[in-house]
Amino acid sequence: MAKANGPTEPERPDGVVLSEEQKRRRRARSIAIASVLGFLVLLFYVVTIVKLGPNVLNRPL
Amino acid sequence: MSDVSVSMDKGPATADLAEGMASPGDFIALLKPRVMSLVVFTALVGLVRAPDHVHPVIAFTALLCIAVGAGAAGALNMWWDADIDAVMSRTRRRPIPSGRVTPREALAFGLTLSCFSVGVLGLLVNVLSAALLAFTIFFYVVIYTMWLKRSTPQNIVIGGAAGAFPPMVAWAAASGSVGMESLLLVAIIFFWTPPHFWALALFRAEDYARAGVPMLPVTAGADETRRQILLYTLFLAPLAVSPSLFGYAGLGYGIVATVTGVGMVWLAYQVYRTRTGDAAVKAARRLFGFSILYLFLLFATLLVGAFVPGI
Repeated sequence: MAKANGPTEPERPDGVVLSEEQKRRRRARSIAIASVLGFLVLLFYVVTIVKLGPNVLNRPL
Repeated sequence: MSDVSVSMDKGPATADLAEGMASPGDFIALLKPRVMSLVVFTALVGLVRAPDHVHPVIAFTALLCIAVGAGAAGALNMWWDADIDAVMSRTRRRPIPSGRVTPREALAFGLTLSCFSVGVLGLLVNVLSAALLAFTIFFYVVIYTMWLKRSTPQNIVIGGAAGAFPPMVAWAAASGSVGMESLLLVAIIFFWTPPHFWALALFRAEDYARAGVPMLPVTAGADETRRQILLYTLFLAPLAVSPSLFGYAGLGYGIVATVTGVGMVWLAYQVYRTRTGDAAVKAARRLFGFSILYLFLLFATLLVGAFVPGI
């Protein structure tokens, strides 16, 4: 908002602005969480196959 | 700490800027990785020595859940003990006292991992091991951390049971039951815990006193602590040989347990005898260091013995 008697201030963005370091850490955390979730999906899939047993692949076509 | 800067709008939606600053490494530090590695190792021994064969993928899943559960308990311990950790030189660089992780983040992290580790263990392995893991986490966090640690000099004696449970949890994961041998493994770790931690407390007594933690050297004095260390070690040494005597382990284990047990008793006696000056500190440090090697050798021999007959 420009003042009545003085130079105009540059507009400041709304909300919190993160520094580069904070952005880097946030990205690292996001990648870590995504990796863990992906690993969990894989784990559940593999364990399901294991629990079904070897005959899961033996089915008449 | 790295230099970070944030520009703020003075509006109503200002976030808590202390949060969201941690890196994944800071969260991993919350899990107490060194404690986790010991838990995984002792659990592995319980897993391979269980009588029933378990599929390697299921075994891996069980070990992973036990490790994560132990880490979650460690994170919750750090959350509760952040005030003590800030005062003690040994722990003031931990993530919460050093400001890298907020208490709220640590609590959420610990609770999430606790629930996930128990849930996944129950779904993918069996309910008994999940129940035992849940009890282990509860015992360590609520019974030891929140209650015993600040209220009694017997804190690590009773609370040490939590550190002893992993082989039994892994045994239950493999066999669906709790066997006599797994209870022996629990007993060995249980009676190893007091001489191990009291040796540490002997040369960290000032730290614990400053933090107000009633460790035995602080409440009963160093001499009584030395006496208790010797008594527990005299009980521990033959207990550690007992798997061989009961037929659960072979002669090789019996020899290793006897020789290392003699070493433990000798070092505990040196701690009992040497009460003043630098020699007393050195004796306590030697016992503390050897106690780690002692437990490792016992369990490593049991691990080898699961694959090599006669050991």
